[in-house]
Amino acid sequence: MATLAELCILACAEAFRGSGEVIATGIGPVPRLGAGLAKSTHSPELMMTDGEAFLVEDPVPIGPRGYDDRKAAGYLPFSRFFDAAVWTGRRHAIVTPTQIDRFGQTNLSYLGGSHDKPKVQMLGVRGFPGNSIYHINSMFIPAHSQRVFVPGEVDMVSSVGYNPERRVKGGNFSGVDLRRIITNLCVMDFGGTNNAIRIISLHPGVTVGMVQEATGFALEVADDLTETAIPDAAQLAIIARLDPHNIRASVIKGNPPARAEGDGQ
Amino acid sequence: MTPVFDKRIDLDQFIASLRDGMTIGVGGWGPRRKPMALVRAILRSSLKDLTIVCYGGPEAGMLCAAGKVKKLIFGFVSLDAIPLEPWFRKVRETVGQDILELDEGMLQWGLKAAAMGLPFLPTRVGLGTDVTTYGDFRMVTSPYDDGEVLLAMPAIPLDAALLHVHRADARGNIQALGPDTYYDEWFARAAKRTFVSAEEVVERMDLAYPDDARANIVERCFVHAVIEAPYGAHPTSLPPSYGWDMAALKAYAAAAGAEGGWPAYQQAVIGADEANYLAGAGGAEAVAALPLPIF
Repeated sequence: MATLAELCILACAEAFRGSGEVIATGIGPVPRLGAGLAKSTHSPELMMTDGEAFLVEDPVPIGPRGYDDRKAAGYLPFSRFFDAAVWTGRRHAIVTPTQIDRFGQTNLSYLGGSHDKPKVQMLGVRGFPGNSIYHINSMFIPAHSQRVFVPGEVDMVSSVGYNPERRVKGGNFSGVDLRRIITNLCVMDFGGTNNAIRIISLHPGVTVGMVQEATGFALEVADDLTETAIPDAAQLAIIARLDPHNIRASVIKGNPPARAEGDGQ
Repeated sequence: MTPVFDKRIDLDQFIASLRDGMTIGVGGWGPRRKPMALVRAILRSSLKDLTIVCYGGPEAGMLCAAGKVKKLIFGFVSLDAIPLEPWFRKVRETVGQDILELDEGMLQWGLKAAAMGLPFLPTRVGLGTDVTTYGDFRMVTSPYDDGEVLLAMPAIPLDAALLHVHRADARGNIQALGPDTYYDEWFARAAKRTFVSAEEVVERMDLAYPDDARANIVERCFVHAVIEAPYGAHPTSLPPSYGWDMAALKAYAAAAGAEGGWPAYQQAVIGADEANYLAGAGGAEAVAALPLPIF
């Protein structure tokens, strides 16, 4: 029986569908397994690295392995990354920011206090400003809550979203392309009014009310709202091969099943 | 008589070459191939008021914790497997630390502008984010028909750049092996003087390692001094020679919450010199055996 984490892996794989011949970057186990599943099934054109510097055609299993197990087909070190993948728009990254607001702006820099003296210093903006203005981005949130989906704006806007107030006049924002937000409750996209975030599928047993309750801003709901797909046996086998140490079991609290026992379907 | 052409110096001469208030770029990336022996030499010195430019790993936390840093210019600060750098975090949250927070690509762009002697390089990166709220950035309008408004990323000229590599020779030819050389090349080109520590310093690279010339990441005119420092990247990684020392990084992280603060950690771990440091790290054999990290 599939777990909720495995359902999220499949939803991440679906997010990569149709991205084109680009670098599929999944930061964290679930997005990375999603990239590997997409590449191993419907989207062989996707490019992936071994997590370090080499491009591979067979996605590298996550977790402990022999250092040289990966078979390199190409080379994409950090020293080439901006020129090759980011600033040419040849990338789709699924990331896990600490905060997301209603415009799709995200934060991984600091929380609370001030920029001079933050309550919690995090990573800095890293590559988010460049990623968000140049290539496709999606997000994975393992614990959907109002601490992540905040009212107002995020504490430090680290990535560009669809906030008209922050559009620099004369600037070129045509590369901003936010696709999906996959959480432990649902899948959302930016297909609402003026790119508003809307629910497009609910995981089994989840209601719109539950998602809204866990979100700090008003969500829209797609007309063709569906139930999120559960991976089939073949997909589960690929996921298991790419995650031989079952690291995915540690991603969502309690590692629940995709569909609770006793749920009628 | 042939003039002497020899760039070899020791750590004391390295420190004597630096001044308070300098802007110093540090090569490597997070906990990967950082010139830690050079950083430790700065920690042991009286140098102060430095502006440090980096893709930050433990050097950022250590130098900030030791009070050496007037301003930190960074693309990120992280130890990878320990995502939040504990000492950088502690200083930022309790004491305060002047910073310039950049996108990773903007940092590269600033180094490239400095390397080319340009005042700035234009970019879209940073537009629409709070990077422009806190950095003093100005915009530039394309003079061509498109008229695009771009961020003018100012050059980040360095007084000194510090790198750690596998091999160097007396003339400043260097070789960095391993899968990724990050932006070390551009730190070197952006600097007035580049100091390179190496696991091994030979007389002549062409005679010792002629088959690895493609690992020469920057030409020797950009290398002003070489310093032999075996295991000089520890506790960061130097693939393929040795991995990062996760036990040492965890102890470093735990020390941020322990009594005694930075002085206690510096005395216990950084110590008086590199020989003591390496002994404290378990010795040469133990460091050489550190497994390479898996990503």
